[in-house]
Amino acid sequence: MSFINFSSREINCKIVYYGPGLCGKTTNLQHIYGKTAADRKGKLISLATETERTLFFDFLPLSLGAIKGFNVRFHLYTVPGQVFYAASRKLILKGVDGIVFTADSQIERMDANLESMDDMRLNLAAQGYDPEKIPMTIQYNKRDLPGAAPLVEMNRLLNPGGHTWYQAVAVEGVGVFETLKDIVKKVLAEVRNSY
Amino acid sequence: MPLADFVLYEEEYGKVEAELTALCRDARITTAAVIDKNGQIIATAGETRRIDATSLASLAAGDVAAANGMAALIGETEFSVFFHEGQRDCIYMSLLAGRFILIAIFDKKVTSLGMVRLKANKATEALASALTSASSKSESGKNAVGEPLFADITSEDIDRLFGQT
Ligand SMILES: Nc1nc2c(ncn2[C@@H]2O[C@H](COP(=O)(O)OP(=O)(O)OP(=O)(O)O)[C@@H](O)[C@H]2O)c(=O)[nH]1
Ligand SMILES: [Mg+2]
Repeated sequence: MSFINFSSREINCKIVYYGPGLCGKTTNLQHIYGKTAADRKGKLISLATETERTLFFDFLPLSLGAIKGFNVRFHLYTVPGQVFYAASRKLILKGVDGIVFTADSQIERMDANLESMDDMRLNLAAQGYDPEKIPMTIQYNKRDLPGAAPLVEMNRLLNPGGHTWYQAVAVEGVGVFETLKDIVKKVLAEVRNSY
Repeated sequence: MPLADFVLYEEEYGKVEAELTALCRDARITTAAVIDKNGQIIATAGETRRIDATSLASLAAGDVAAANGMAALIGETEFSVFFHEGQRDCIYMSLLAGRFILIAIFDKKVTSLGMVRLKANKATEALASALTSASSKSESGKNAVGEPLFADITSEDIDRLFGQT
């Protein structure tokens, strides 16, 4: 649900990084935070456990610049991927405009990827969204690991809807901005079509 | 978009801001804000420079969402008032018009929870009516300006946004 403020001339949109535990969602936000100029970002807030697993969410506000006299701002969130934080995940999807589904490329994590994808669809539907229609970009992360599953196989399992997808090595920053840029484009295209 | 977007125009913004400013003065609140339940800031008043309002809004929205998740578990529809007490400063929050949150930050030595709650309750009606009017304008579709606002956003415009990152 984008928020347009005519008084301050701002467009605000919300993007959520979704995916199984340890797939690299928080790492994506950390890289974006590290590579963004100080005047274009707010604080990176991480509500995390002592072992650095996301407990509730990570939050990073970005200010991307102006389009048509409106300042374009994106709020990036990550969900906690661990299965038992299901209730929190549902809350974070409220008001989302676009999703980055981050998948873990390791073959042994394929069940976890699928489970997370199903969980996301259910939670989106519970919030009143059509999971087929919401802007979505898929990121295949951890491509650096020797056990990475073939991309054809990952697309067959995780991307039957044919969303745009990117390979990434989030720890090294590979593919992180490509993914972000893609979802931002999709969300702004929706804004364009709605106003 | 799958869900209604929210659009805020000058008129309603002015009303909300004026109410918040009056609330700060009347209840001797340090900082007051209205946000939506998704964590977007609608308006702020009082001392705002000392506080990172964007972070505050996202955490307040998360806090309210978590509390109302608990409400559902114990069979309540919703909690409507929230209070956090610190050594010196406190945060009072209440729901407004179903989809907004009023936040008041105050110093215990300057005012009291009772006073803040009383004045906040009084301000609720005027705030809610301005916000409801904004919501219905949003839902009546498109924009009151009359022409498609962003119709000519191009792919190059969007590319440019990433020029500096
Ligand atoms: N080898 C490799 N490791 C990665 C990559 N991306 C992230 N990691 C590591 O994977 C671990 C988990 O990353 P996080 O970003 O915390 O994962 P998360 O998805 O936020 O996990 P939850 O918060 O539990 O949902 C960390 O040790 C990262 O350094 C990658 O591309 N390659
Ligand atoms: Mg995380």
